[in-house]
Amino acid sequence: MSRFALVDGNSFYTSCERVFRPDLIGKPIIVLSNNDGCVVARSAEAKAIGIPAFLPYYQVRSLCRKHRVAVFSSNYTLYGDMSRRMMNILARFAPQQDIYSIDECFLDLSGMATPLAHGRHIRQTLLDKLGLPSCVGIGPSKTLAKLANHVAKQQAHWQGVFDWADLTPAEAEGLLASMDVREVWGVGRRLAEKLHQLRIRSALDLQRADARQLKRNFNVVLERTVAELNGVSCLALDDVASSKQHIISSRSFSRQVSSLPPLSASIAHHIARAAEKLRAQGSTAAMIGVSIQTNAFGSATPYHGYTCIPLLQPSDDTLSLNQAAQAGLRQLFQPGLRYHKAGVVLMEIGDKAIQQQDMFAPAPDPRRARLMSTIDQLNRRLGKGSIRLAVEDISQDWQMRQAMRSPCYSTDPQQAIMANRQAHTSAPTGYRLYWPRRQPDSGNE
Amino acid sequence: MSDITLCGRIAPSPPCSLPLAGMGIRAGFPSPADDYLDSSIDLNGYLMSDPDACFVVRVQGDSMSGAGIMEGDLLIVDKGRPALHGDIVVAVVDGDFTVKRLHRRHGRLALLPENPAYPVLVPQSEQELLIWGVVCGCVRRY
Repeated sequence: MSRFALVDGNSFYTSCERVFRPDLIGKPIIVLSNNDGCVVARSAEAKAIGIPAFLPYYQVRSLCRKHRVAVFSSNYTLYGDMSRRMMNILARFAPQQDIYSIDECFLDLSGMATPLAHGRHIRQTLLDKLGLPSCVGIGPSKTLAKLANHVAKQQAHWQGVFDWADLTPAEAEGLLASMDVREVWGVGRRLAEKLHQLRIRSALDLQRADARQLKRNFNVVLERTVAELNGVSCLALDDVASSKQHIISSRSFSRQVSSLPPLSASIAHHIARAAEKLRAQGSTAAMIGVSIQTNAFGSATPYHGYTCIPLLQPSDDTLSLNQAAQAGLRQLFQPGLRYHKAGVVLMEIGDKAIQQQDMFAPAPDPRRARLMSTIDQLNRRLGKGSIRLAVEDISQDWQMRQAMRSPCYSTDPQQAIMANRQAHTSAPTGYRLYWPRRQPDSGNE
Repeated sequence: MSDITLCGRIAPSPPCSLPLAGMGIRAGFPSPADDYLDSSIDLNGYLMSDPDACFVVRVQGDSMSGAGIMEGDLLIVDKGRPALHGDIVVAVVDGDFTVKRLHRRHGRLALLPENPAYPVLVPQSEQELLIWGVVCGCVRRY
């Protein structure tokens, strides 16, 4: 049976700050967004005081002063570095790791004899090596692992590690019944409201729902979510990743590669795809995660290189994002290894419209924004990837094995079904040609 | 109290191999570990067994001069290594970082300076003592 763990950091940004400020142990901490606009992270103590999330700082300033809250501007260089360390350490615990955000990743624990003990060991190791507290949720599918992580966070008596296998079926049902359907991975607030109207209120309701009917009414992802809640692992990360917080693009290669050019090409490709999504939703990213990995099965030296690159200024520009990502790749690349997967995660996603200019950074060239929107328009009209970065083409070795993939009939105009492609001037096998003769005007008769 | 400052992270640079002068130089070059007898040395690998858990701190003051740790030195601190009796550790005292030698024998705990001009620090209980990491290397430029 498959088995996944979702590991994530508790109040990650504030925990990172506290590692280097032991005088703040047990004290409330908050971290502000770029340009100190909003509260983006709160330590448990700050939550207890009642400081709400995502409020402009000036609205909570007096509350912070009263309770002597330590207030930090966001330090993406620090958080990125701590994230890189955390992911590197976590990669040692499983043959397969999927990084989901700056402080979250899935580990594949399938076939492991004692997942719960393994989970506790993972949590303790992060605490020992980095001083970062975390929670681990374990379940037979990613969706259940994510839900388990929620339980580990909410219910203190699990001490940060929860495995569904620890409960009897009746206990598990009771727990699922107590959780709002909104807590289920991939079910957003809006979808939850629609489900509520269908009397699907709890996670248990969704687990018992008619999956096929949901597919008809909603989409295939929700159908699979129901299967996942029933313990069948069938969702890929990219299916569910909420674009509002992070955009993920990653692929395995058709064959293993060991030189830099194909890795560069694949990273550029993923950046181009992710940046297009970013622009489509009118956002910018402030941090890029780059990862390359060797095949954990059957390679002598398993290696998962991961790094986070903070951007001086949030951006949605393919060229700037690619430049940063390529710099990250060059840090990670180790010659002599055979890589089988590469990917990027765009993080710290914010609304482009309300983004403030950094006074000291050069203003972005308005022509670049026009260039990006022109590329997007052309790609919409001419088909995906018609206009791309040259570096995407320096090597094809990284392309996914998809010789047997059917065309994207319904989404890509270039690949739509061709009707009347042949004029059939000669007869296809098994057919006879018949040219209807034009009837002479019947009036002559 | 604070006699060190945290000065950041170790850049995740690829291994950098320097040619090793080895046994040719008398009186000076430390005996290279067996692993490095292949006539080149990767300094990152030499200084850190687990780079993901290692941080760099800069020393202030001379309370550890007896151990050869001088003001301005960069210390490599392994946060993951268990602190044993006799280790040089980075501890947190009154919310400040300090580097001292750890004494942990016969139920007695203390942080020992390596300079008679400084006092021994004795925590009230095991809980009072917060060890941040174990010093596993020292870097100095001349």
